[in-house]
This record gives sequence, C-alpha cells and structure tokens, in this order.
Amino acid sequence: MKEKINPLRKYIRNGKLPHFFCPGCGCGQILSYFLRAVDNLQLDFKKIVTIGGVGCTARIPIYLNTDSLHGVHGRTLAWATGIKLYRPDLKVVIFAGDGDLVSIGGNHFLHATRRNLDVTVIMVNNFNFAMTGGQVAPTTLFNSVTMTTPYGSKENTLDVCKLAVCAGATYVSRWSTAKPIQTIKAIKKALQHKGFSLIEILSQCPTNFGRYALKTSDTEEVLKWIENKSILKTKAKKLSEQELKDRFVLGEFIHKKRPVFQGTTFLKEEDN
Amino acid sequence: MFIHIDDKICKGCKLCVRICPNNVFQMKNKVNDKGFVIPEVVNENRCTKCKLCELTCPDLAIFVKK
Repeated sequence: MKEKINPLRKYIRNGKLPHFFCPGCGCGQILSYFLRAVDNLQLDFKKIVTIGGVGCTARIPIYLNTDSLHGVHGRTLAWATGIKLYRPDLKVVIFAGDGDLVSIGGNHFLHATRRNLDVTVIMVNNFNFAMTGGQVAPTTLFNSVTMTTPYGSKENTLDVCKLAVCAGATYVSRWSTAKPIQTIKAIKKALQHKGFSLIEILSQCPTNFGRYALKTSDTEEVLKWIENKSILKTKAKKLSEQELKDRFVLGEFIHKKRPVFQGTTFLKEEDN
Repeated sequence: MFIHIDDKICKGCKLCVRICPNNVFQMKNKVNDKGFVIPEVVNENRCTKCKLCELTCPDLAIFVKK
C-alpha cells in the first residue's frame, strides 16, 4: 500500500489530508510545489518554521509537519522578526495571501523589506479576500466585480513586486500556478537566498473570484484568464505602459546582496 | 498499473484531465465516498510518464510510479 501513495506525503501531518481548500484551488498546488522544492534541496524539515496569518493560504502551515504559527491577521512578518532575531539558525517561511500581507499587514511588510530580514515570503495572489467570501483586495483589478463592489472596483491595483523592490527586498519574482517548473525553481532560489525574498504566485480562485468577477466557477476558465493576462518579463520590455495595463508581468525582478538585519547589539552581548 | 489515484483524498477538480497531453484520464461515473466525481485511468498505454498530472495535483492524490 505504501508504494502506491505520493512520497511527498511524508512531509504532511498524519491524518490531515484531504485538506480544506476548494476543489481546484491554487493553494493546494502551491503546497505541493513548496514540498517539491524542499525535497529537491534536501533541507532539514525540523529546522524550518512556517508561519501563516489568516486566510485560505495561511492554512498551508497547518498541513506541514514543521513547527508553525497561525494566528493574528496580517502579523506574520512581526512574528518572523521575533523568531529570526532569537534563533537565526532557523529558516523562516511565510505563507500569506494578498489581503493578509499587503492589506492588513501592509506596514509590517514595508518595514521587514526595509530592514532586509532573512525570511522567505510566499505570497499567493488570488485577487480577493477569498476566505470571507470574495471582498475587494488591494490586488483586485480595476473594474472587476467582487462581493463588495457590485458595480466594479474603482480603485487602482497595487503592484506588490514593484513595492518590494522599491522598499529594498533582495529577491523578488512573480510566477503563476500554471507555470509549475518556474515556480519550483523560484522557491528553491528564495530558500537558498540570504535576505528578504518574496515570491508572488498568481493563483486561481474559482469559488469566489471566478464566480463574481469572471462569472464562472470552472477552474480551467479561471486558469485560462490568468494565462491570457500574464506576460513574460522579456516580452514585456518591448511593450508600452498602456499595453501592459491590467496585465501581470512574470519573471525575476531583482536578485542582489545586501547586509541582513541581525537585531540590536544589546541582544547579542547578553547572548554571550 | 503505474498511475495511482487516491480515491479518499481526490476532490475531482479536473486539473489532471486538463493538463494530460495524451488524454489518459477520463471523468466517468466513478464517485468516491465524499460524493466527488473522480477521474479514472482509461488509456494507461498512452502514458509517457511525464508526471505532469502528479505535479499539478493540488491534493497530492496522484502518484506515477517509475
């Protein structure tokens, strides 16, 4: 019987599957991509701490067999700062949705990137607040219908990757669930990178975003919509800004070295 | 038989049916105990073991043995 199950399931807590995500949700795919990246790098799973806030994506750490935190909305990076300062030898991975990381935890995001905290942030962008029923989020596209904007959202979209690059992150890339190989490569790079690394993964939400904005609950249609809207960075260079409006540029935006935030000297003296 | 689908944790999202280039899977009348219609392996001889279905499955339900 053991030969017939996926070997990646050794990283999942006993009896936790099947998980809570809707059929066809991208969060499950991202869970499997992360496991593949860790399996490929042969990392020690006991030296990883995973953190999730509140939301669909933030439930991913519940299924992983690592030490994990799960609690207040948007405060994932605040906890990560605490863990990283006290135990710099641990690898901290954050799973957060777009609403969790840049809407409610927006200030923590800015200051963690500014300090260049040594954490890996996997941000799953499904264009709305999915767990609470599909409300408008900062990443929702202009004029798209959600539960709280029945006549179309009239707010401009926040480009999280650009924000992170401006604030001082040292590894930033954006991929989608429809591109598994590139996503796994990016996660591997981010796990090995020393400094603040952000991977934004565009993910499908057929239950809420698909139903309200695209008028379909079919996973395939939502995935096709994301694939049609996204464009590679090399191809996007030739296009004008007007043509790139409402499109997602995929690729690696920055990869550089910068001193990592290690806390105050006071803490270090006491440690010795 | 080298393609294994775990009936208990599959949710029938059809992502494997969509991604398979050789139409190995088919959604028929097979229903699991939670009421989801789940895919069946119909043409296993067409499989080239590219493992795209295993890669894309959100529920870690598919395993392709080498």
